[in-house]
Formats: sequence, C-alpha cells, structure tokens
Amino acid sequence: MLAEKYSQEIDQILAKYPPEEKRAAVLPLLYMAQREYGYITAEAIHEVAALLDLDPTQVGGLVGFYTLLHDHPGGTYKIQICTDLPCALRGAEEFAEAVCENLGVQFGEPTKDGMILVEQVKCLAGCDKAPMFQVQDTEGIHYYENQDPVSAMQVIEKLRKRGKHA
Amino acid sequence: MPDHILLRNRDIPDIDKLDVYLANGGFEAFEQAVREHTPQEIIDIVKASGLRGRGGAGFPAGVKWSFLTPDVFPRYVVANADESEPGTFKDREILERNPFQFLEGVAICSYAAQANTAYVYCRGEFWDLAHILEQKIAALYERGLLGKKLFGSNYSLDIFVHLGAGAYICGEETALLESLEGKLGQPRLRPPFPAAEGLFAKPTVVNNVETLTNLPPIITRGADWYASIGTERSTGPKIFCLSGHVVRPGNYELPLGTTFRELIFQHAGGIPDGKSIKGIMPAGASSAILPGTDEVLDTPMDYESLVKVGSQLGSASLIILDETVNFGWLAYKTTSFFKHESCGKCTPCREGTFWMYHILSRIKDGEASPDEVDLLREVARGMEGKCLCALGEFAIMPVLTSIERFQPDFEALTGKNGE
Repeated sequence: MLAEKYSQEIDQILAKYPPEEKRAAVLPLLYMAQREYGYITAEAIHEVAALLDLDPTQVGGLVGFYTLLHDHPGGTYKIQICTDLPCALRGAEEFAEAVCENLGVQFGEPTKDGMILVEQVKCLAGCDKAPMFQVQDTEGIHYYENQDPVSAMQVIEKLRKRGKHA
Repeated sequence: MPDHILLRNRDIPDIDKLDVYLANGGFEAFEQAVREHTPQEIIDIVKASGLRGRGGAGFPAGVKWSFLTPDVFPRYVVANADESEPGTFKDREILERNPFQFLEGVAICSYAAQANTAYVYCRGEFWDLAHILEQKIAALYERGLLGKKLFGSNYSLDIFVHLGAGAYICGEETALLESLEGKLGQPRLRPPFPAAEGLFAKPTVVNNVETLTNLPPIITRGADWYASIGTERSTGPKIFCLSGHVVRPGNYELPLGTTFRELIFQHAGGIPDGKSIKGIMPAGASSAILPGTDEVLDTPMDYESLVKVGSQLGSASLIILDETVNFGWLAYKTTSFFKHESCGKCTPCREGTFWMYHILSRIKDGEASPDEVDLLREVARGMEGKCLCALGEFAIMPVLTSIERFQPDFEALTGKNGE
C-alpha cells in the first residue's frame, strides 16, 4: 500500500498544495503509483482516490487523458521517438522505422523479452537535435538527442543490460 | 546584440550554479524590487518596458498583472513551463542552462502580484529538468532568497515545481490551471479570466518561462533601456527557435524586429545543400504558413509586421521548409499532431481535427480526389471561430494556408494536374 510504504513522501507532496485543495496532488501520486507497480493498476487508482478523498472515476479519467500515465503493462523501457513535423524534416520517421526494424518489432509492440517498447510520440521540445527520443521507465524520463539508428541501438543495449540486473 | 540578456548561459559558463549567478548580479533585481519598490511600482515598470507575453499571445505582461482583482487573497503566480508547440524549445534552454534568472523572474512577478506561492508547471517530459529545478529552488531557500520575510521585509514567497503528465493542451493557461488542480487539462470558459478566478479560484497570473526571464534585467537596467531594444511596439529581445531545413538549427536571441533573412542566412547559415526556401512557419505547428518570397524574408519579425504579411509571430518558433516539402504532407503532419492533442471538450475541435486527419491521410497517400481538398477546406472553415480555445484555430491555420498558398502541392497529390 502506498499510504503505509511512502507516508513521508506523500506528506511532502501534499505540503505543496493548500490543505483544502489536495486534489492537486493527484498527478504526483499517480507517478508514485506507476513507479511502485510498473503501471497504474485499478487498485492503485482506488488507493490514490482514497488518499485524496476523490471518487476513483475522477482519478481513472486522468490516466486515460495524460500520455505519460499507463494503465497497462508493456515494455520496461519505452522508447518514445518524436516524429512530429520538425523532427520528420530531419529524418525522424525513417529513423523510427529503422529502430523498429533493428529490434524486429512494430510500433507499440514490446520486444519478446518485454524489455523494450518503441512508440511514435508528439513533440518533445528537442526539434533542433532530431532525430531524438525519450526513454520512459518507472523511475523517470530521460532524453537522447542527435541520434541515429546505430547510437539508438547502443542506448537500447545498455537499457537491456540494466533491466536484466534490476 | 553583443551580450545575451536571456540566454546569458551562452556568455557566462556555469551560470546555472547559484554562486556564479550571484557573482554576476543575480537576485539584485529581486532584492531591489522588494526593498525599494511597491508591487504597483513593479507593475508600472513592466508596463513601461513594453514586455509582451512570450508564450504566443503577445499580451502586455504588466497590463495582464494589473487585471488582478483588488484586495482578494491569496493570489498565485504560475509559470507556464509546458513548452509543447512543435518547433519550440527555448524555455527548455532557459530552464536547463539559466534557471536562476527564470526563478528570479518568478519571484519578481510574485512580488508584483502580491502572491506568496508560485508554481512552476513543467510538462511531464521535462522530468529530469524538473528535478534539477527543485534542487535549484532548494539552494535559494538555503541562501535566504526564498522563504519567509525576505530581505528583512514582510514579504514571503514559496516556489513549487509541479510536473504535468503529457498533454499539449496544458500550455493553454486555463487548461494548465485545471491540470494543476488535479483535473483533466481542458480549457475553461472565459470570463472569468485567471486574474479574477485562476488557480483554486483565486486571482492568478500565468506567464511563460521566457516572459518571466525578462524581468530581472528590466528591474536592474530600467524600462527605458528595455524599450530601446526591438521595435516601438514589440520591445525587447526574443528567443527565436529555428528548426527544419536550416544549416544551424537552434535558439537565437535577437531583438524583436530582426528580419527573417538576417536570422536564417546571417545567423543560421541558410538552407542546406543550396536548396531554396519554399515556406516558413513562424509560430511552430500553429502557424499561418508564409511563402519563402523576398517580401517575406525581408519582413521584420515582430508582432505587428507578421500580421501584415498574413501570419502571426506566436512563440517565434520558425520551422523552415525547403523546396522538397509537399504541403499536403505537411498539413497531414500538423493535423496528426492537433488531432492527437485535441482535449475533446468542444465538438468543433474534437470532430474537426478527426475529419481533417482522415481526409489528409487520403490526400497524403494519393488516394483522394480533387473534391476532397474542397471538403477539407469546408471542414476547416466549419471550425473557424467556433472552438473553446485557440487549439482549434491553431489546427486549421496550417491547413487553410497550405491549401491557399501552396495549391499545386495538393493538385500533385490528387491528380488534378493530369499526372
């Protein structure tokens, strides 16, 4: 249970907002749930709702709305490649396809070991350093810029090694 | 401009470290504001400087602050660090490389607004950056530059970082406030404007990162100095983000009123491989697209001149398009973005972006008949002026201007040119 395991961290999060407006803490708490469970489970939604005196549907709706919150498992490391217009002008679409081909997967389909999932995403504010992607895992999000298929595979191999040791 | 005013990280190494920032005049402006000026005086200085909001709308910052409902407290300041417009990456450089100048700007704005709490709303993808920013804020508390009774006055200020979770629409200020309150990031019906009922229904100022970063030099060097930069009505420096088909993409800090030609050819090295410019999107994906004519290239980039040539400056995020780009494909790309990012609250935007996307998918793939371009125009016009927030208007601008100004590209894709 988040409430017992992370009571101190939860208090720190709640302290950022007025006591009567604690609903504002819902995104930080959902990130916490995602970190703890790997994705936001139905139970996690109930836990977060209980912490903030919200209805579970009020919390569940947010998970569907925001792209960095995930309601199902899939890919320890999500390779999120921007293929929006400015990146596409610098070859991001071909880059994204090459990454998939090298991994032998389609967009949105995890590798057989469940470790890597490649997605095409919308603008990440790295337009001048395209092709670029971010890696999302349960611990956070990191940027990788000025990439090519070879450098991307090196990043992915490092992630795989880290994932196996985790 | 010999020195940078905003991107001082380009001139001063390690200015992201508090000691270095303080050694270079850091937090003198905030101290001066609190010790020597009333909040109203700060608002008057910022009004006199002519500073306009750098997030895209270009609304005068001091005027926006003066709309705060009198005598209602608490008030809030919210820094909009939800930078998500395709083509825009200026706030990221400020936050990563010159964070203290931004935070000092937040503090000055908060003092002027008489707010004791400020939130920095960072887009969720700025995860690393947001955590670093929290460390920078902690360093300010340690030095007594944030917290209770600052500089021996009765003024206290807390700044908190709040991380979003992935939604372009949260850059729209009322959607941002909804998101910060823990709700779906969907725009509010206005009025009331945030200055009357903003965060937690209290009077609130929402300003863009770059806007706030302008404040420290305005306070220390004065409104007249600031107003002497740029043009008469578009004052000050601006960070232009340059992406697409250009030799040296990146951020360029130049006075407002610099011409497209100077930025693209003198500073950024021109177009790669000797190709010609076919079009320019001056405001990121949300642009009315300009053709790459001499008239356009010689246009000064300020809020007024861009309107005269049929576009807007917006956040000054220039996407440069060379002769190889087909604008039917381009309209497909921008529409794919806006369809994904439409929040779903109002019907014209939710349905309109969906239909435009489907028609443009067919056009891009060469499956559409010429009539479908007319249908596309009709759907776009059907959205015009009917959406709750600017996203809907943004979505149709690149589509309508592509059709109007680059008609042969659509004819090539729909077989109208006899191919």
